Amino acid sequence: MDALRDFLSAYSTTIAIVGVNALLALSVWVTLYAGQLTLGNAAFMAVGAYVSALLGRYLDVPFPLALAIGAVGSGALAAPLGLTVFRLRGVYLAIATLAFGEVVRVVLLATPITGKGQGLNGIPPKTELWHVYLTLAVVAYVLWRVQGSIVGRAWAAIREDELAAASQGIPVRRYKLAAFAIGALVAGWAGGLSAHVTFSIDPNDFAFTKAVQILVFAVVGGVPSVLGPIFGATLLTSLPELLRPLKDARDIFQGLVLLGVIVYLPRGLVTLAQLRRTRRLQQIGATDVA
Amino acid sequence: MLEQLYNAVFIGSIYALFAVGFALVFSVLDVLNLAHPTVFMLGAFAALFTIATLGLPWYAAILVAIIVTGCFGILLDRVAFAPLRARGAPQLSSMISSLAVTLIVVRVVELRYGGDFIVFPAGTVPSFLIRFGDVTLEGIRLVIILLSFVVMAALTYVVRSTRLGRELRALAENPRAARILGIDVERAIAATFFISSALGGLAGVLLAFAYNSLDSRMGIPLELRAFTVMVVGGMGSLPGAVLGAYVLALGEVASLVYLPAELRDAFAFGLLFLVLIVRPTGLLGQRSVDRA
Amino acid sequence: MSLETLALTKRFGGVIAVNAVDLGIASRQVFGLIGPNGAGKTTLINVIAGQLRPDGGTVRFEGEDVTGLEAHQLTRRGIARTFQGGRVFKGLTAYENVLIGRHTRMRSDVLAALVPFRTPSENVDRDHAHALLERVGLRQRATTLAGELAYGDQRRLEIARALASEPRLLVLDEPAAGLNATESDRLRELMRALVGDGLTIILIEHNVRLVMGTCERVAVLNFGRKIAEGSPSEIQADPVVREAYLGAEDAA
Repeated sequence: MDALRDFLSAYSTTIAIVGVNALLALSVWVTLYAGQLTLGNAAFMAVGAYVSALLGRYLDVPFPLALAIGAVGSGALAAPLGLTVFRLRGVYLAIATLAFGEVVRVVLLATPITGKGQGLNGIPPKTELWHVYLTLAVVAYVLWRVQGSIVGRAWAAIREDELAAASQGIPVRRYKLAAFAIGALVAGWAGGLSAHVTFSIDPNDFAFTKAVQILVFAVVGGVPSVLGPIFGATLLTSLPELLRPLKDARDIFQGLVLLGVIVYLPRGLVTLAQLRRTRRLQQIGATDVA
Repeated sequence: MLEQLYNAVFIGSIYALFAVGFALVFSVLDVLNLAHPTVFMLGAFAALFTIATLGLPWYAAILVAIIVTGCFGILLDRVAFAPLRARGAPQLSSMISSLAVTLIVVRVVELRYGGDFIVFPAGTVPSFLIRFGDVTLEGIRLVIILLSFVVMAALTYVVRSTRLGRELRALAENPRAARILGIDVERAIAATFFISSALGGLAGVLLAFAYNSLDSRMGIPLELRAFTVMVVGGMGSLPGAVLGAYVLALGEVASLVYLPAELRDAFAFGLLFLVLIVRPTGLLGQRSVDRA
Repeated sequence: MSLETLALTKRFGGVIAVNAVDLGIASRQVFGLIGPNGAGKTTLINVIAGQLRPDGGTVRFEGEDVTGLEAHQLTRRGIARTFQGGRVFKGLTAYENVLIGRHTRMRSDVLAALVPFRTPSENVDRDHAHALLERVGLRQRATTLAGELAYGDQRRLEIARALASEPRLLVLDEPAAGLNATESDRLRELMRALVGDGLTIILIEHNVRLVMGTCERVAVLNFGRKIAEGSPSEIQADPVVREAYLGAEDAA
């Protein structure tokens, strides 16, 4: 027990970050599951981070409430995004969400109260490990249930064939918007948690690289199951730590792992367990997300 | 005012060389090559190596850069794109695999040269001034502008009037038909990557010469600009990429005047977003956008 | 009266694909829609079923003006369709396909979804889906991925999926394309059975035998206009119709 406690306290920041990344990966998973490729979640994370940190600092808002307001703010911001990009597909959609995210980020950068280029420092470390993992458990459970519900099936239909989905009575725009909004909500909450673990927010943390990283977590882990993004985030976040002995070469190794997975395991690591179904899906040309 | 226009045209030329390569791969293969910023950076570093380590003059460095990056492009295809093409994987997979290559290559370069800015050895990069009335301009930028025009004219010739150009256009239009017509598709794709990467590498060398500095991450801001350029000009359209490049450069320089510095990037992305929503086919886009 | 269109028009740029078409389709029948390729049949039903918005005219379904409504809204009101070439959800199982078809009729509560066991209304939906698969002869294939089914099975699955929304009007776009004689006969039997259950069916087809043997009434389109309407035998005897098809052959 003591050894476990020592391990936890030594690595608590990393373990918290793993949990946050898993949440972020889930936030992208929601939209991917509905067939929407989004690179805007880093910006939503930023909104959640700044809003919750500023509310805590200037208005003394209690932590859970600040997180909630940050998340809702992000979710609300997803509305104009979802309402404008519903006609775009694939690459165009990815670029549009990226552009939207970058505009949000740059505006945050230019607003004086956010500390501009310097970001915010001295954020109290309010996040405990149990906050992160409780959120993760709740979000994962809810998304798993939603996946098997009428909503999840509607998203799957939209992912497979939007035109046919609409013919089944599915209001496609509304469901896409819901996917974007839920993703933004989760990303915003995760952003709030993250800010209070790392004590500071640097606006460069939420740029293009971050957005791509989140997407990679989800895709490498695999989209068919909720466990995929969690697994992907865990692996790719802890890999640098595990590879510490390799020192400078570890980023290279990480890149090689990513390359290997994407070339040889099309639907992500999670599908190692379902290799036969993956191959059949490939053969019939079913819609893949990766 | 003249100076700003001059700089806008210069930076537009760099954007154009970079974006045209990017657009070429997209138009022929329907993939976003997220490793393109890598060849930009590699071109600059290949030039550095040629000058600093091999002791050769700057014009040799440009040649080396073009050849090295062109060959790298072919290698990139073999490693990151060809296997995915073979099994009909969707665009996202290729984006991620090329991204992985970027991660690896950037890190390798950093291991050798570090992550900081590097300058070329003194006197190796030509630098001269032009006096125009009471304005002083960096001469090398004019050379770069002219060189870009020449290269783009050459590219236009290749695409319009050579056999290779015809093959590439056929591939872009309909890959299956192209194969049936007897076009050696793999060879054409290799040529596409060679040209695209060589253009990107050339852009990198030229920018490094103009600013007399390079670093491992120099490709990233270009990459985001390239998205905007392609979308504004029309996805997959080569003349569109050129047009979009100059439009963006002019817009950026103009927005520097009216917007606070921090919001300058917002201009590029705001423009990008607007175009995608209102007119996804861009100014000169030919292919129909995938939309409901 | 199930479906009426009045002067329905659809343009694409300068081309008038559907030109002031009037239709009056009574309930409980199979209504055929035929014409040479490019006559505008699919465009017409794309407008009727909500994939496209009309540029002029009106559509009334069971007396209600539904002009310009979107596909999902029309499905909710009782219009379902299949697509030319078939558009099943290839990456999902046959059962999942039909269950999605039931989207508009599910009594589902998102909160109910959060409990990890099945509610009574979910059981109703399950049973309904299985019953439909049974009806089109795909019970054994419920867990097969739709993309792995034989072509004929995919087309039947599409019909089962369309029926899951409990439509009163079913629009079938070339359901017999690629089917052999036995499969076509099965299709005809199915359509007649559905009409017996109270459904109205609009059938676009090139298979003359199927159309003449199944439909009570047929309309003929050419160049976007309705050029003839009547019983199958009247249509077969109509010289104008002959001209349209033969003229098209000459041009081909």
